[in-house]
Amino acid sequence: MPKAKLKEHKINRRWCKGCGICAHFCPKNVLEIDKDEKAVAARPEDCIACRLCELRCPDLAIEIITE
Amino acid sequence: MAIKDYIRERFFPQMWCPGCGHGIILNGLIKAVEELGLNKNDIVMVSGIGCSARISGYLDFHTMHTLHGRALAFATGIKMSRPELNVLVPMGDGDALAIGGNHFIHAARRNIDMTAIVMNNRVYGMTGGQYSPLSGYGTLATTAPYTNIDHPFDVVDLAVAVGATFVARSTTYHIRQLTDLIKKAITHKGFSVVEILSQCPTYYGRKNKEGNAYEMMELMKQTTTPVGSEAKKQNHDLIETGVFVETDKPEYCTEYDKIIERAKKDN
Ligand SMILES: Cc1ncc(C[n+]2csc(CCOP(=O)(O)OP(=O)(O)O)c2C)c(N)n1
Ligand code: SF4
Ligand code: SF4
Ligand code: SF4
Ligand SMILES: [Mg+2]
Repeated sequence: MPKAKLKEHKINRRWCKGCGICAHFCPKNVLEIDKDEKAVAARPEDCIACRLCELRCPDLAIEIITE
Repeated sequence: MAIKDYIRERFFPQMWCPGCGHGIILNGLIKAVEELGLNKNDIVMVSGIGCSARISGYLDFHTMHTLHGRALAFATGIKMSRPELNVLVPMGDGDALAIGGNHFIHAARRNIDMTAIVMNNRVYGMTGGQYSPLSGYGTLATTAPYTNIDHPFDVVDLAVAVGATFVARSTTYHIRQLTDLIKKAITHKGFSVVEILSQCPTYYGRKNKEGNAYEMMELMKQTTTPVGSEAKKQNHDLIETGVFVETDKPEYCTEYDKIIERAKKDN
C-alpha cells in the first residue's frame, strides 16, 4: 500500500487548548502553537501523515486528512 | 465511523485541563472501539467520580456516571442482567484503588467479563491534588507537603494476585500500545485490567516538578520499558508496559447461567 499523502491538517480551534503535545512530539516539526495558544501547521510540506498528533491530542482537536 | 460518531459533541470542548492525560485515553479508547468495529449500542460504560470518571459523559455509548469507588459494583449488576453487552469501566486511581479497592479485588476474583481501565495519574485530581494509594513513597501532594510516606500499590501485581485474567499496562505517551491493549482487553473474556499511566499537569506535575504535559509524557517514555526487556534487568526502577497475564478461567456470568439451569432441573 502506498503511503498516504497529506491533504490538510484540520485543526478545531474551538476545542484546542494549546497544550503543545502535538507540536512537541511531531517527528517532522510541522506544528507550532500560535499567539492565541492554538495549534497551527506551520510547515505542512514536511508532514509525513503519521497521525501521531491526531492520536495523542487530548482534545480531539486535530485531524489529518489524506488524499 | 468517524470520531464524531462516538462522542457527544455538545459537551465539547471537554472540561479537562490543557494537556490532561485523560483526554489521550479518551482518544485511544475511541480508536480501539472503532478498530474493533463494535456497535456503540452494545457498549455500556460505567464510571464513578473523579476527573477520570467524566469520560463517560463524553462518549455516546450507554453510559452511567455513578458513585465514587462504586463503578464496578454498578457494572456487575448491569453485566449480570445483560451479559451480552460489552461493559467498560474507566476509573481513577483513587476511585479504583482507594475507596473502590474492595470492589476491585472482588470483581477480579470472580472473573466477571468486563474491562477495567485504571486512569492512573497518581493523585486525586478532581478534589485538589491529595495523594492517592498510587502516588508513591517520597512524592509530594497537597496533603503531603513534607513528602508522602505511604508506599504505593503496583496495580499490575495487585490485579494478578487477586485473579484478573487479563492484565496490561501502558501510558499516554505510548498511544498505539494503549489502543492495542484496550482492544485486547475488550476482546478478552473475563475480568481485564488495563492500567494507563496518565498525566495530571495541574496537580501531580506541578507539585512534583515534572513540568508540563509533554514533559511528563517524556518522563513516561524514559521511565518505562517493554515487559521482559533486558533494560529492566539493568535498571530495576523501570516500569514495565505490555501484557502481563492473559489466561482462561470460568467466567462469572457463564457460571451463573449454569447455576440457573441446575436449579431449574431440581424443581
Ligand atoms: C463517597 C465519596 N467520597 C469522596 C468523594 C470526593 N472525591 C471526588 S473525586 C475523588 C478522588 C478523585 O481521584 P481519582 O479517582 O484518582 O480521579 P482523578 O480525578 O485523579 O482522575 C474524591 C475523593 C466523593 N465524591 N464521594
Ligand atoms: S495536542 Fe490538541 S489540544 Fe494540544 S495543542 Fe495540539 S491540537 Fe491543541
Ligand atoms: S501527521 Fe505526523 S508529521 Fe504530520 S503533523 Fe502530525 S505528527 Fe507531524
Ligand atoms: S486536575 Fe488533573 S486530572 Fe483533573 S482535569 Fe486537570 S489535569 Fe486532568
Ligand atoms: Mg487520579
